[in-house]
Amino acid sequence: MATNEATTSIKKLQVRRFKPDENPEKHYLNEETGIWAWMTTVDHKKIGLMYLASITVFFFIGGMLALLLRTELLSPARSFMDADVYNQVFTLHGAIMIFFFLIPSVPAALGNFVLPLQLGAKDVAFPRLNLASYYIYVIGALFTIFAIFTGGVDTGWTFYTPYSATTSGNVMAMTFGVFVLGFSSILTGLNFIVTIHKLRAPGLTWNKLPLNLWGLYATSLIQVLATPVLAITLLLLTMERLLGIGIFDPNLGGDPVLYQHFFWFYSHPAVYIMIVPGFGIISEVISTFSRKVIFGYWAIALSSLAIAFIGFLVWGHHMFTAGQSSLANMVFSFLTFLVGIPTGIKIFNWLATMYKGSIDLKTPMLYALVFLFLFTIGGFTGIMLGALSVDIHLHDTYYVVAHFHYVMMGGMVMAFLAGLHYWWPKMFGKMYNEFWARISCGLIFVGFNMTFLPQFVMGAQGMPRRYFNYIDQFQPFHQFSTMGAYVMGIGFFIMAGYLFHSLRKGERSGSNPWGSRALEWQTSSPVPLHNFEHTPVIINGPYDYHKPMSEFQLGIATSHNGHDHHAGDNTDISKTEKEQA
Amino acid sequence: MNRFSEFMLPPQKSTIAEGTDALFHFINITSVILLIGITIAIVYFSWKYRRRSDNDVTPVITHNSALEITWSVIPLILVMIVFGWGLNGYVNLSTAPDDAYEIRVVGKSWLWEFHYETGFVSVNELHVPADRPVKLVMSSDDVIHSFYIPDFRIKNDVLPNRYSTVWFEAMEPGESVIFCTEYCGMAHSNMMATTFVHTQEDFETWLITAGSADDNMDPVELGEQLVTRNACTTCHSSDGTVLQGPSYQGLFGSERVLESGETVIADENYIRESILEPNAKIVEGYQPVMPSYAGSLNDRQIDAIIEYIKTLE
Repeated sequence: MATNEATTSIKKLQVRRFKPDENPEKHYLNEETGIWAWMTTVDHKKIGLMYLASITVFFFIGGMLALLLRTELLSPARSFMDADVYNQVFTLHGAIMIFFFLIPSVPAALGNFVLPLQLGAKDVAFPRLNLASYYIYVIGALFTIFAIFTGGVDTGWTFYTPYSATTSGNVMAMTFGVFVLGFSSILTGLNFIVTIHKLRAPGLTWNKLPLNLWGLYATSLIQVLATPVLAITLLLLTMERLLGIGIFDPNLGGDPVLYQHFFWFYSHPAVYIMIVPGFGIISEVISTFSRKVIFGYWAIALSSLAIAFIGFLVWGHHMFTAGQSSLANMVFSFLTFLVGIPTGIKIFNWLATMYKGSIDLKTPMLYALVFLFLFTIGGFTGIMLGALSVDIHLHDTYYVVAHFHYVMMGGMVMAFLAGLHYWWPKMFGKMYNEFWARISCGLIFVGFNMTFLPQFVMGAQGMPRRYFNYIDQFQPFHQFSTMGAYVMGIGFFIMAGYLFHSLRKGERSGSNPWGSRALEWQTSSPVPLHNFEHTPVIINGPYDYHKPMSEFQLGIATSHNGHDHHAGDNTDISKTEKEQA
Repeated sequence: MNRFSEFMLPPQKSTIAEGTDALFHFINITSVILLIGITIAIVYFSWKYRRRSDNDVTPVITHNSALEITWSVIPLILVMIVFGWGLNGYVNLSTAPDDAYEIRVVGKSWLWEFHYETGFVSVNELHVPADRPVKLVMSSDDVIHSFYIPDFRIKNDVLPNRYSTVWFEAMEPGESVIFCTEYCGMAHSNMMATTFVHTQEDFETWLITAGSADDNMDPVELGEQLVTRNACTTCHSSDGTVLQGPSYQGLFGSERVLESGETVIADENYIRESILEPNAKIVEGYQPVMPSYAGSLNDRQIDAIIEYIKTLE
């Protein structure tokens, strides 16, 4: 703990232990109920749950679209939808999954819920702004739904010009929706950065910050810095379509490759907006379920920041065949390999954390291990695509499709599911059925690999992506892949079933069912309206499993901030006085 | 190894394919070894260090510099090997030999045109000599396309506002498929073509006779061949099926309702205009997406197509 003797006198804090209430009568879910209270709430937990409900809806829509695509691809040519419908469906699948599910999934939904809890704060720094972010997200989503029902969009989620400037369909409404959505992302990022800087509990220094927060911090930086570029790009696209100003359209004197540079300057960092917070969750889960100090705390924390930084410099690897110069290709290829190193370091650190741990294979841990396996494959195939000569062959084939599904779904979605199952008892104070959760995890794992492993082979053999029709030699792979998608679909329906059952009739979980040392588990479940009944005081790191639980439940002993809590009741008062800088 | 290669990759039909494949296999093998190691560690740790009681005490291991440097430096060396190897292959791929035989490629939604030195234009059929470097100078008439021959391991985007090039040297006579790999709209997945690799003598003969082969055919037969050869059938059926464009069946002499609300009779002049200036009159319910065939079809060929359409009642 850093002391700063030169400037201020050392303030002594009287601390004592606060044991969380195992069976709280009042909590955030039953105080302030009713639809109006929810819609106008500034409580980060409720806003997190509203995001969670929204992204679940979008995940369901995106997932059903994926199943439709896979069903159509059972045979070449038309089986039940036309080419233009197919093109709209894959566009929507991509756009919905990326902009409306993946980007908000961990930061906005889980992050909102857990970030102030992990900081020991009552809320985020700007609670009203937080609510505004949610409504901006909803408005963006409404525009997108409007676009779907007024002509649809068939450009692919990348909106490449000049195609997107010439096609019929409501590209304007869709891009406007994504444009609006970007502001939600920016404001959330800003809110998180300020909250992490200003609202840490006494004693929570940067070297005790949970790795989940390092992940969210790196993510927020990317959100704030990269998203405006997307907004500018979409604005330019709109100006071109509506006002005929030539920016990207060669007929008007523009350059279509310029659009790709703009687009990927945002969208590549966006990949890290999606995956870096996942790294944070995995660190929490692996440490908790191994009951062991995380290996290489600083390596994991700083590699997140390194990825966030280098991630800004590799956008050109999406354009190796797009006609940029050979020199640019060389530089982008080199930097792409550099970004692989911090990612690899994380994998090894997580493995080393498991070494000599006390490993409990509960559902969140199962998802974390599934993440390790699938994300590693995603990473290795990323190396393949970073190699210039090989990428020329594999670019825009199913190999790329399989690669980013291994990263985005095998990585991010598995991390999200690990986090969802990990914090579920904290959110609702209830457990889900462990047996069915494991079955579902197994089905998703098997189904996922069945779906996407054949796509690597297909892609390497030359099957291009975004193909409605295909040559006969690829049919067995497509059919196997579709079967996998159905298995995965069943897995997700089982999950919906047991989670719904848990909400209705789940067993009470207690405040800390996993025996975690992390701060969010040192308050009751469900969480009190203002998170903690006391001001938490932190003296240990969040993964110090070698120290007794009592040292993790400290709080300022005297009453404070107008919170009349029950000072002097029968909890044992810590005798130690802790120094605070 | 060979069987694995045959399973994973298309046949190697160009001189550079082998180099690309070697790197593909190197990355695959290294990755599989590392993945197996990581997987064994996950499974072994999960079993060996499984929780035995709720009071398990775990050791405090916060870091290990030697280990961490090892697992940072070894991957760094590996990826630098991959980088250099890939760059080397890429330099070969992007530098066409000076004596390469040049063919102009034009991508249009949704067909490929190949212009040869004699002025002959083939659609969706690329004819090339074997054992001789061939350089394709490519551009697009509309949106971005991408020219991809899996057998040759070459690909490059085809842009509307600049030329891009690829080159290859086919090793033996045969056929290889060409795909469009940049999404370009409704019939993107039908924008396929075939590469015909001839021996050098056969190629010379083909080039001389290609333009004159149609001279002795009767117009209807020629027209039928032309609509296939020029990829008209990608969007126009001859049996009444509605694809991206109207069907030829019953077209001639019928009344067409246009987007503007006017009606016109589909006579010879209408069909001729639709081929040369496709977007002048758009039939209701269709998109203005057809590329112009001005310069690709001569008068005699257009006549033949009209004669052919007349027969489809």
